[in-house]
Amino acid sequence: MKVAYWPGCVSRGFTPELHGSMAKIAPLLDIELVEIDRGACCGAGVIAEHNQELADTLNARTFALAQEVDGAALMMNICSTCQGAQSECQERLDANADYRAHVNQTLAKEDLSYEKGLSNKNLLWLLVEELGLAELRSRVCRPLTDLRVGPFYGCYIVRPAPRLGIDESRPRDEYLGLVIEALGGTVIEYAGSHKCCGFPIITMNKEASLQQAGRHLGDAVDAAADCIVTPCPLCHLNLDLQQPLAEKVVGRKLKMPVLHLPQLVGLALGLAPGELGLQRHVVKPTAVIDWTTSVVAEVGASTADS
Amino acid sequence: MEFTLRLRRYDPESGDPAYWEEHTVDLEPHRSVLEAILQAKALTDGSIGIRCSCRAAICGSCGVRVNGQPGLACHTHLDKAQRGAPDGVIEVEPMGNMPVIKDLIVDMDAVHWKKIRRVTPWLQPKLPVPEREYIVEHEAMVDVTQSMACIQCGACVSDCLSMEVDRDFIGPAALTKAYRFVGDPRDARTGERLKDLAEDPHGIYDCTHCFKCIDACPKGVAPMSQIMRLRRRAGSDFHIEDANNGERHERAFVSLVRRYGLLNEAELLPRSYGGDSTLAKFKPVAAKELASSLPAIAKALLRGKVTPTTALKPHKLAKRDLAAIERIYDEVEGRDERLELNLYISGRDEDLA
Repeated sequence: MKVAYWPGCVSRGFTPELHGSMAKIAPLLDIELVEIDRGACCGAGVIAEHNQELADTLNARTFALAQEVDGAALMMNICSTCQGAQSECQERLDANADYRAHVNQTLAKEDLSYEKGLSNKNLLWLLVEELGLAELRSRVCRPLTDLRVGPFYGCYIVRPAPRLGIDESRPRDEYLGLVIEALGGTVIEYAGSHKCCGFPIITMNKEASLQQAGRHLGDAVDAAADCIVTPCPLCHLNLDLQQPLAEKVVGRKLKMPVLHLPQLVGLALGLAPGELGLQRHVVKPTAVIDWTTSVVAEVGASTADS
Repeated sequence: MEFTLRLRRYDPESGDPAYWEEHTVDLEPHRSVLEAILQAKALTDGSIGIRCSCRAAICGSCGVRVNGQPGLACHTHLDKAQRGAPDGVIEVEPMGNMPVIKDLIVDMDAVHWKKIRRVTPWLQPKLPVPEREYIVEHEAMVDVTQSMACIQCGACVSDCLSMEVDRDFIGPAALTKAYRFVGDPRDARTGERLKDLAEDPHGIYDCTHCFKCIDACPKGVAPMSQIMRLRRRAGSDFHIEDANNGERHERAFVSLVRRYGLLNEAELLPRSYGGDSTLAKFKPVAAKELASSLPAIAKALLRGKVTPTTALKPHKLAKRDLAAIERIYDEVEGRDERLELNLYISGRDEDLA
């Protein structure tokens, strides 16, 4: 499957292991990534907060670039925040022909134009809806048996539900659990899975921001999770990079490894932890990886489960 | 058709902890969760505490959580609630972030109304007061109609994730009320209101942008969008440089994307504290903040997560794309008026309905 691939900013900046691990798993899932390397930052809601039309125009430009990729089935992103911020802009662009024409007029100087109805899916949605869980399961060569994984979605990919196309027939707010199961892992339910990591207010109210991160990580610890997995690199910054500070704010040791979604998928597909950049995290994923043998959790076997 | 409810019961006067209790009712599937609660109360246990009045999603009295989601009991159909219940039993509990008075009744005075009062929820008119009515342009009021649709049910307050960790956060309902007057052309205190809300450490910049209130609201008010409107007016129209770094963060973010096309995290942090300049990191306020983050930064460098190159030499787009982005910025920001499409007001094109 050929996709117009939008990596976002953070995956190429402060979480390079996300972009890197996506590149590693793509060929194993027969996903051909055609990177949109000319698009601007989605704005993460902040540009829209400043000027809505500016955010809509920048993202319409990215959408137009994606639509120019020959033979691409859809646009794929690897960031919950990109998904939410772009979906918000797309909702307005798709809802009103006059507004779309107005925005396209700004893009016309570059000979670009956005046509309504683009399909823009996070890797998580693509795994379930395009590749399919059965197919994903069939490609697992090192099942995550006995690995207890807590999902952490990131706000932007689960709310508001109507905008993100979440309903009874498409429970996208449950997909992480489905993927963890398909990879052979055990899904851990805990209070914080769909809550906010606190990242957006880290510069405005650091205490409250780290309280949020620390609280959810603590809930995952209490539910005896080995690690948590997230499709959002911004959540990863607050949950992993800031975890030492979050520990101080909530006054408890957490030591909770936080994996990017493609890293978890990559482990189950047989890739080595080093290839997936797991050594780059602030909280070492020792619960997930036996570093001497590169074997997942306590499981020594590397047999397929199907 | 039979439905089973699992109600959260609590009577503080009893001294006993809260507990769950199941009731089975017989109602048509399109009837509401409120009607089911009232039937259980009428037929099996008169002591069940629930506050309600209009039963038509107008009065805002029956805010509860159904299957963990905040909303109005009278506005939730039984069949839909049952489909949303993992074990088929409809779970009803009191709203969050507010103390429970009894069973499903929470203390709205202690939290919700206190916060509403905090934002001076009345018009402070321009002087002199006209002899008869103020005449305003019809269009001038369209912008605030979404905030006026609020029925004060507290569903957004219930699940506000900022309030969960910061009890002092003014919160989605009260800030929506604030926008109702900030956006009103008859009000004389727009600037003062915005300054007050921007400078309060628990004001507009304390919202963590989690969209919980948008999903919670049974009336489509989208409180978070109103908070973003308050920020937009405070920052772009009144240029209020608040003590919470809110305006600086926004300005730094917007200008970094203009310059590099992509977000440059290493520059965003110091600029959010020290102002929108490459020298920001050397300002005392930024340096102090960066020093407190030093352990995290050092560890990130150590693990090769962040390399000195990525930290100092930011990724950016190619020249021609940067030129295009700059042109878009100039064109859009150069307009006489900011263009804002609010789908609540404009609706959607019919072919999408």
